[in-house]
Amino acid sequence: MATDTLTNHDAHAHDGHEHHDAGAMKVFGFWIYLMSDLVIFGSLFATFGVLGTATAGGPTSQEIFELPFVLVETFLLLVSSFTFGLAVLAQNAGDRGAVLKWLAVTFLLGFGFVAMEVYEFHHLIAQGHGPDRSAFLSAFFTLVGTHGLHVTFGLIWIATMFIQISRRGLDSVTKPRMLCLSLFWHFLDIVWICVFSFVYLFGAM
Amino acid sequence: MSRRTLSDAEAQERASEQRNYLWGFALALILTLIPFGVAAFAEWRPLHLYLLIGGCALVQVVVHFRCFLHITLARNKREDLQLILFTVLILSIMVGGTLWILFNLYYRMMPDMLP
Repeated sequence: MATDTLTNHDAHAHDGHEHHDAGAMKVFGFWIYLMSDLVIFGSLFATFGVLGTATAGGPTSQEIFELPFVLVETFLLLVSSFTFGLAVLAQNAGDRGAVLKWLAVTFLLGFGFVAMEVYEFHHLIAQGHGPDRSAFLSAFFTLVGTHGLHVTFGLIWIATMFIQISRRGLDSVTKPRMLCLSLFWHFLDIVWICVFSFVYLFGAM
Repeated sequence: MSRRTLSDAEAQERASEQRNYLWGFALALILTLIPFGVAAFAEWRPLHLYLLIGGCALVQVVVHFRCFLHITLARNKREDLQLILFTVLILSIMVGGTLWILFNLYYRMMPDMLP
């Protein structure tokens, strides 16, 4: 599997495809990281599923989840995933200006998402429904907070790529990084699908 | 990178990639609106709602993998696909096993913890 790619790479090294193959290996390595990250999220989902009813006399999920708010968050993340796809298409076309433009749009949408989540958390804690209130709220804050933290690091990465691409342009170093970042960003949207379905929608019923 | 005129094959590939993203976005929108809609407005039995919402989430995850992450059944994508399927196996054992054991425990010892 992965070693096949390596052997092929050695056999065809004279073809001048070194950068392409090294980039493919980087992307495959990043897939391995993403899947191990998915296992972390899986265990947090399992924890939340088990503790979902352990409210200890505190608020239940029906009382604190606001679906319209979550729907807006979902749209922000989904549209940002799409605009990142447009950035990758622009990269394939070699259009640096368009890559930077779509990266900026993606950053703003992602920032809007994180801002909404911070507002939601602040609102809950201010009402006395913080993570220390019950096992249900601890699990909720851990799961949704871990996702939010990932999105925050994704935003830092987007800003870094924006600066690198505006300085270096699209070359053999920045292109694989952009591909890894696109995987990371789409992956976070996939985790969010599970969050809004299994945490918010299941909880609101 | 130098701009060059596109050959027909390249132009076609680019157009199909673009269609891919558009299809993915449209399907994801629909698969988001359906579960939110039924959760907010439909007066169904909870079991049916759980099944529909879970089903939409599953389909949307597959759509994202296919259209945004470009995981297909094509031969050159096999190693990524195998990695993902292996992770799904680990996840289903871990998450499924946790829920099974602990809800069984709740059923026997702490019935008020059951939803």
